[in-house]
Amino acid sequence: MTKTVIVSCGTGIATSTVAAKAIEEACKKAGVSVITKQCKGQEIPELLKQGADLIVTTSTMRFDPGIPVVKGLAFLTGIGIDQVVEEILGHLSD
Amino acid sequence: MNIKDFLCEEAVILGLEASSFEEVIRELGSKLHEQGFVKDDFVDAALEREANMPTGLPLGGEYNAAIPHVDIEYVNKSALGLATLKDEVVFYNMVESDEEVPCRLIIMLALDQPKSQVEMLQSVAVVLQDPAIIRNLVNAKTTEEVFTILS
Repeated sequence: MTKTVIVSCGTGIATSTVAAKAIEEACKKAGVSVITKQCKGQEIPELLKQGADLIVTTSTMRFDPGIPVVKGLAFLTGIGIDQVVEEILGHLSD
Repeated sequence: MNIKDFLCEEAVILGLEASSFEEVIRELGSKLHEQGFVKDDFVDAALEREANMPTGLPLGGEYNAAIPHVDIEYVNKSALGLATLKDEVVFYNMVESDEEVPCRLIIMLALDQPKSQVEMLQSVAVVLQDPAIIRNLVNAKTTEEVFTILS
């Protein structure tokens, strides 16, 4: 089943673009079918209404969305990238 | 694709003496504005954004960086500005906005279209992930040197 990942950042155009691209590549490699939806942090509640499996964010989360959240700064800094990818795939392989 | 293709020569500031992130954003933003890359309200928008949704990135090494940027509506044409800071200036962590990140390297992104500069953004990430490039940029003495490091 195709999983939906909301990828959010402050503007919905810059850092989430880098993260979304990396998530798509990692999922492809792992054989996980995924759709990413990029948005600004404040647009998350609207996208949640359409259903999603996971949020990966490069900005500070200011509320509990009720689904798993992974901090995606590693897609920019490279620090701990393997663990972050593993964490994301873990949430999507349920 | 290389970030030097987008880097605005006039918006490279080396050894900037600044005491706050606001000052750094004003300096870099006004250079991009003078060159016509961004609109009149770009600097105000960047200041507001940085205060609410910071862009500091702990890089785990000697130096940290910040990548101030705003929505596309404040931008005329995509460009990058770059500042190295004489002394560390506190920005705040992008994903933990109450955590201080003392920065020496600032790359300001002005993006004019959503999702169209993926390669440029990815090459910014490549730079951020290379401690040797970061160190060389922080220590660069001339704008030419900056362009050489980024080639």
